[in-house]
Amino acid sequence: MTVPLLDIRELCLGLAVGRSVVRPLLKDVSFQIMPGEAYGLVGESGSGKSVTSLAVMGLLKKPLAVSGGEILFKGENLLALPKRAMRRLRGNRIAMIFQEPMTALNPLSTIGRQIAEMFVLHQGKNWDEAQELAVEALMSVRVPNPDRRARNYPHQMSGGLRQRVMIAMALACNPDLLIADEPTTALDVTVQAEVLRLIKELCAERGTAVLFISHDLGVIASICQRVGVMYAGCLVEENETRALFTDPRHEYTRGLLGALPRFGSRSQHGRQRLVDIDSIIADRSKLVETRFIAPRCAEEGSRS
Amino acid sequence: MTASLLEVDDLHVRFSVSGGGLLGSGRRMLHAVNGISFKLAKGECLSIVGESGCGKSTTALAILGLQEPTEGTIRYRGQPLTGTGAPGRMQRAKAVQMVFQDPYASLNPRQTVRASLAAPLRLHGITAASEIADRIEVMLGNVGLTPEQALRYPHEFSGGQRQRIGIARALILEPEIVVLDEPVSALDVSIRAQIINLLLDLQEKLGLAYLMISHDLSVVEHMSDRVLVMFFGQVVEEGGWRDIFEKPAHPYTRRLIAAIPDPYAEQNPLRQQDRLPGVPPLDGRGFASDCSTAPDVFSAPARSELVEIALGHRVRLVPAD
Repeated sequence: MTVPLLDIRELCLGLAVGRSVVRPLLKDVSFQIMPGEAYGLVGESGSGKSVTSLAVMGLLKKPLAVSGGEILFKGENLLALPKRAMRRLRGNRIAMIFQEPMTALNPLSTIGRQIAEMFVLHQGKNWDEAQELAVEALMSVRVPNPDRRARNYPHQMSGGLRQRVMIAMALACNPDLLIADEPTTALDVTVQAEVLRLIKELCAERGTAVLFISHDLGVIASICQRVGVMYAGCLVEENETRALFTDPRHEYTRGLLGALPRFGSRSQHGRQRLVDIDSIIADRSKLVETRFIAPRCAEEGSRS
Repeated sequence: MTASLLEVDDLHVRFSVSGGGLLGSGRRMLHAVNGISFKLAKGECLSIVGESGCGKSTTALAILGLQEPTEGTIRYRGQPLTGTGAPGRMQRAKAVQMVFQDPYASLNPRQTVRASLAAPLRLHGITAASEIADRIEVMLGNVGLTPEQALRYPHEFSGGQRQRIGIARALILEPEIVVLDEPVSALDVSIRAQIINLLLDLQEKLGLAYLMISHDLSVVEHMSDRVLVMFFGQVVEEGGWRDIFEKPAHPYTRRLIAAIPDPYAEQNPLRQQDRLPGVPPLDGRGFASDCSTAPDVFSAPARSELVEIALGHRVRLVPAD
């Protein structure tokens, strides 16, 4: 039986005043990500998917605080880790890419230097070596003319290129886990498709596990092997991607899938009215009491 | 042949932008829209799809009168909306209205919903308090809000409710044409479904014609009667929704369709590029461009024309010599 890379156990967090949590945001969230696995968290705004990722990165800021549970990364509880140790892990073993690359990149520094910084900080390289590695990193994310592009500033690049730079930076130190929080939401569809393919291929090549967060079920399906559906701070359903989409068990998941205009369905069945989740679910507060978590498949242990 | 409500003929919009020259002082013309023509019939939903910078929003702005076209004409019920003799903004407002992507940015935060809805009525000469109240109540009912909610301010509503207010504001003057600019792309999945259902209901109930601008092809397929695919200021393919989604001919349309993130792609024959029906015979003519690289936006596009390959289904091709 392989040890999970990331094992989140009954994580609770919320808005805290002093030591008491006044408003819970996550309630007993538990899921595991195996080494090299791509796991998707899907949910609507406010469902708690982004705070989950911030908790893993150790980036929760007051008044947000964890009130219970554990986040085990390679067996080590990240919540108990001192800040210094967490900083060494972050960017090195666990890396993150965000929705809006422009806000995550430093506008005053060339992108070559920003990527090189990763090698200097985490691998003890000198700047000259690091600059060369940065150009290689740009090449690996298929940025054309990497030599020239390394000397560019973020504003000189398109949104798709900037997101490639973010990916190059995140994967620079070959992390074990990549957290991607809505990385393609701001991009055009054809660029989105390219960036998704890139993340998928690079992570498969290097054996990097992915925690992929999105509100877009289609995007999640195209990249993840397993999916967790979040609603109101709870993981309400978890299953293998294909099973989740073809055989949703939880009422909320069924509502969510029915609310989606499904491409091609009008050709086959004519225009169907989209499901209004509010009208099929009378009592949203009761909803989270029931959960469906599929048992992990039998050959799990023999996964190569 | 039903008479068209709106007729756009050879619309060009060019912007003078700085750039080029040694000190960046030179002025160049950016070709945002290059000869767009289409007709919109009563009660029809026509969608313009394309990626950022393809000119879809500029086209919409030109129809709303917010962007003066460089060339070309726009007619509403046969009357020109551009050039000399064009009606003023007041008359135009009764014909064409717009629903914006972000309703929060388009509603006045210091006005109650009631005040926002009453203002256009007063401007158009409806001043009797009882009539204003009646029309607001009916309109709020149409979009699924209660009369009591009219006394609240925009910040007191959720995103979905605000979009309902945005729709009510657009419809209060009873326009025949509504421009929908990415009407649901800022909304959550469950809210998106409600707004799409509402827009389709209102279209049927009030006989509205929609001109929808969108990059979300699943929504476009669900809502549209006809579709224009734009790439850098030109229409590369146009047709009924079945033509575009079941028999896409242009490489760019095919690429857009292939790029839709779709959880059911495996089960959907339309999603597999190699299983798409073959391109109909083009009589030796080729595609003007496969649109894999951005053209020079500062020069006029190369010569090409829209060729009808099936009834109402047209594709941009290089003319045979």
